[in-house]
Amino acid sequence: MPDQLHRLTLHAAADGLRSGQFSSVELTQSLLDRIQAVDGRIGAYLTVTADLAVEQAAAADKRLAAGDNGPLLGLPIALKDVLTTAGVETTCASRILQGFIPPYDATAVTRLKQAGAVTLGKTNMDEFAMGSSNEHSGYKPVRNPWNLDKVPGGSSGGSAAAVAADECLAALGSDTGGSVRQPAALCGCVGLKPTYGRISRFGLIAFASSLDQIGVLTKDVTDAALLLGALAGHDPRDSTSAAEPVPDYAGELSGEIGGLRIGVAPEYFGEGLDTRVGGSVRAAIDALLGAGATRHEITLPHTEYALPTYYVIAPSEASANLARYNGVKYGLSDSQATDVDEMMARIRGRGFGSEVKRRIMIGTFALSSGYYDAYYVRAQKVRTLIKSDFETAFRDVDVIAAPVVPAPAFDLGAKLDDPVAMYQSDIMTLPASLAGLPCLSIPCGFVDGLPVGLQLIAPPFAESRLLQTARAYERTRGPLPAPTKAIDAQ
Amino acid sequence: MSIDRSQVDHAADLARLELSDDERERLRGELGQILQAFEALNTLDTEHIPPTAQVIPLGNVERDDRVADSLPLDAVLHNAPRVEDGQIRVPPVLDES
Repeated sequence: MPDQLHRLTLHAAADGLRSGQFSSVELTQSLLDRIQAVDGRIGAYLTVTADLAVEQAAAADKRLAAGDNGPLLGLPIALKDVLTTAGVETTCASRILQGFIPPYDATAVTRLKQAGAVTLGKTNMDEFAMGSSNEHSGYKPVRNPWNLDKVPGGSSGGSAAAVAADECLAALGSDTGGSVRQPAALCGCVGLKPTYGRISRFGLIAFASSLDQIGVLTKDVTDAALLLGALAGHDPRDSTSAAEPVPDYAGELSGEIGGLRIGVAPEYFGEGLDTRVGGSVRAAIDALLGAGATRHEITLPHTEYALPTYYVIAPSEASANLARYNGVKYGLSDSQATDVDEMMARIRGRGFGSEVKRRIMIGTFALSSGYYDAYYVRAQKVRTLIKSDFETAFRDVDVIAAPVVPAPAFDLGAKLDDPVAMYQSDIMTLPASLAGLPCLSIPCGFVDGLPVGLQLIAPPFAESRLLQTARAYERTRGPLPAPTKAIDAQ
Repeated sequence: MSIDRSQVDHAADLARLELSDDERERLRGELGQILQAFEALNTLDTEHIPPTAQVIPLGNVERDDRVADSLPLDAVLHNAPRVEDGQIRVPPVLDES
C-alpha cells in the first residue's frame, strides 16, 4: 500500500480504490491519522466523526467489492459546519447553536452519502459564514497551512485549510460573497462557487438567501468537476434550485480552450491590488492565451459599488434569517427571563459573536422605517446595474479573468478591529456573487511564500466552460508544491 | 454619517439583541463608519432602475398539496430547551396585568 494516502486527489484515490491498491478503510484511516497529527496546529475541524467515517468506509469497501463504480465511492470528504448533518452536532461555529443535533441531512450531504462518500467531520468557519479571515469562529481561529501566523481566509477557512493541509481529500463550503473563492486562493486550493441555484440549499443554514450557494474546495480542477457533478441538480425541497440539466462535468473535461474569448476588465487591476498579485494573475492569463484563448478588453463600470451594495443586502437578509435563533426551538437556553422578549434578547446577546451582532445591527438599521428606501432598495437597484455589467460583457466574451484577492493572506489579528478594512478583502469576489454567476479560484502563484489565485467568472450555468478554462490553465501551470514543510516545521 | 445612541438602542430593540454599554458605544462608532461607506451608492442615478431581489428568472414555484412523510415529533423537539407534553414551553408572551 502506498504511504501518504492523505495527499491524494479524489480522482487518484478513486483509481487506487478501484484497482485494489488500498481500501477505503485504509484511506480513511490515513486521513484520520493526518487530522490527529496536524489539526491541533491548524484548527480546521470543529467536529471529527471518526467512528462514523470508518463505518462509512467499511460500507464503501463492500460496495466496491460488489463492483459498484460510483465516482465518489469510498472517498473521504469534509463538510463545512454550515450544513446540517443528521445526528452530528452542527453549530455554524456559533455558541448560540452549541449542542444542536439536526434531525435531517442537507441535500448536498444526502447526495454525498448516496454516492458512497465518507464524511470525516465538520469544518471550522466564521460564525454563520460572516467573515473573511475565520477569526470570527465562536470556538477557535483557523491558521493558514502555508504560514501559521496568517489567516486562511473565510468564511470557509476550515474547509480550505483542511484541503491544503491534506486533512481531507476535498471539502464542501458555502459562498455568499466570496467565502469559497477567497479562502481557496489564500490556502492554495481550487474553489468553485456554482451558479445560484445549481446546488440545493436545503439544509444549508441561511445567511443571505438571495446570495448563498454551496461550493466545493478541492486539490485540482478534475476533483471540482467530479464533486459538482454529484451535487448539482434540482431538489424538490429547494424551490430555487435549478431544473437545468447537469452535464458530465468530469467526463467532458478536456482542457481544450481553442478560440475561447477571455475578458479582462481594468476595474479588477486598479489601485489596491498588490502589484505582485497582479503580475501572477496577468501571467496566468498569458498562459491561457498560449493555450489557444484570445484576450478582449471589457469594462465592468459598477464594480466599485459592489462592496457597499453587498454590505447592505447581505446583512439585511441576515438580520431576518437569524431571527430564528431565539432560544425557543434549539440552542442556548435561559431560565432567568420573566418574559419571552427578555429571554430572546438575553440569549441572542450571549450567543452571538461580535461580527454577527454587527451585521444584525447593520441589517436591522438598513431595513428599519425611514431608512429602507435609502439603503435597502437603493442597494437592490445598484445590484441590477452590477448584474447588467456582466450581461453586457458576456455578449463579447466567454469567460472573465481577474484576481480573487487584492493581496496574499494577512496576519491573524491584523484587521480584527477594523471591520471596513476586513470587508475590503472581499472586493473582487462580491460582484459575481451579487450577479449569481458561477466562478472559480485556482492557485496561480506565490507572493511572500503564500498562494494567490486566478478568478474565472462565466455566464449562468456555464460551469463546464469555467472548469474547462481552469483545467487548461492547470495543465500549463503544472503541479503545485505542498505546504507540508511549513506545517511540520512550525 | 454619525449615529447617535438612541438609533443604536432602537435597532438593538428591534433585533431583540441585548448589548452591554461598551458594545453599544462601539457599535455606534462602527455603524457610523460603515454607513459612511454606503454613501457611495448615492452618487449613482438609480431613479429608473428596477431593484433586483433575486437573480434567477423564476416567479412563483407551485406544487401539489400532497401529504408526505415529515420528521418524527421527538426528533424535532429533541433540541428544544424546554418541552412539555409534546410542546415547546416559553416564558409568558402576553402580560396579563
